[in-house]
Amino acid sequence: MSLSQHDIDREVAELRDAYEKSRAGGAPAAHHPSRDYAPYRSSVLRHPKQPLVPVQPDPETVELHTPVFGSTDVTDIDHDLTRQHHGEPLGERITVAGRLLDSAGRPVRGQLIELWQANAAGRYAHLRDQHPAPLDPHFTGVGRTLTGDDGSYSFTTIKPGAYPWRNHENAWRPAHIHFSLFGSAFTQRLITQMYFPNDPLFAYDPILQSVTDESARQALVATYDHSLSRSEWSLGYRWDIVLDGPSATWIEEGRR
Amino acid sequence: MSALQPTPSHTVGPFYGYALPFPGGGDVAPAGHADVITVHGRVYDGAGEPIPDALIELWQADTDGDLSGAPGSLRRDPVTGGYLGRNGVDFTGFARVPTDADGQWSVRTLPPGARPGHAPYISVCVFARGLLHHLFTRVYFPQDTDAHAIDPLLASLDADRRETLVATAERAPGSYRFDIRLQGEKETVFLEFD
Ligand SMILES: [Fe+3]
Repeated sequence: MSLSQHDIDREVAELRDAYEKSRAGGAPAAHHPSRDYAPYRSSVLRHPKQPLVPVQPDPETVELHTPVFGSTDVTDIDHDLTRQHHGEPLGERITVAGRLLDSAGRPVRGQLIELWQANAAGRYAHLRDQHPAPLDPHFTGVGRTLTGDDGSYSFTTIKPGAYPWRNHENAWRPAHIHFSLFGSAFTQRLITQMYFPNDPLFAYDPILQSVTDESARQALVATYDHSLSRSEWSLGYRWDIVLDGPSATWIEEGRR
Repeated sequence: MSALQPTPSHTVGPFYGYALPFPGGGDVAPAGHADVITVHGRVYDGAGEPIPDALIELWQADTDGDLSGAPGSLRRDPVTGGYLGRNGVDFTGFARVPTDADGQWSVRTLPPGARPGHAPYISVCVFARGLLHHLFTRVYFPQDTDAHAIDPLLASLDADRRETLVATAERAPGSYRFDIRLQGEKETVFLEFD
């Protein structure tokens, strides 16, 4: 028996209600999704059942240091996904820009940001993506950049399309861009997804809804920013990213 | 200092494969180094099935215990835009390997150094479709039994759970097996950092 959207909606609503009830009872906010979020069916057999073991890191802990990336790890056109082929990709050209910050608001400097996405038709350049939408010979959908001294980053790309998946009957992912981020400590490592404002698919998507906290969910949605739009060229979206977890600098300052 | 709300994690999804892995992602040891070790294993789900779409990242100290790393893990060619591979000299301390169709991954690296009072280990971060938030674990090595007895993490664990963090030595010298079980029997110990 295949699951309907209605079945998924009911599970999503139950888990959201349970979260809101726990918040009303004084439980702390959950910024991240629970790993055992059943409406996202792939999570069922892939989350640990034992509690995570807490580690109190000190400044010499391996995980409070992190790999470093430099100018040899990116090329000059990696941040412009529309210039990686001989022709122009199809779709709506956009600029996505913002800052990478730690939870104290300090910029994360010179670290690697990677992104990947579907093309304008909602198709990934991945052999296993069998969505019958056209591939674009002028678009791969992979970008990289290093953050600036103020934590800033900017990508030029194409607005990705929504695409179907097999979580349940008639399941569609809202348009999104996958992001991979490094901080000043390995504990800050983050892989996430950025969404576009006012997408009508938000309510139907168990991956976005796995973030049960309303304000945390909003943090995954970029803002249309007219000042980032470029005349007769591209539309601008702003998205700041805040890394969780202890950072090496936080520990150092805490000890001073 | 006002704390900003962190950006929530999301799954890496099934289609990262043409974006995140890079050639030589598991070849951390500089070319021709005499002390190269191989660390490999499988990732399993709660039904005991291998996971063919997980992504494993490893981060470690060099043989002297130095954690400063070096850039150049993903070294790119400014002429073709493709990958050049690591320069064969610098030790970046970072590996990134996808699991294959049988759920297997492997890296060639150098044995990490450690500081007094701690056993040497490699830090591991696991991503996968179905995993909404990555998981951290550690690879410890079977020959370091004296250090295991005093290591703050290992010493705090029951023997059967501790075992999941210690790689198995294989017949080939310098080859270690480290399986990762996301759920169920012999579930790997996963860590959180406060
Ligand atoms: Fe996706």
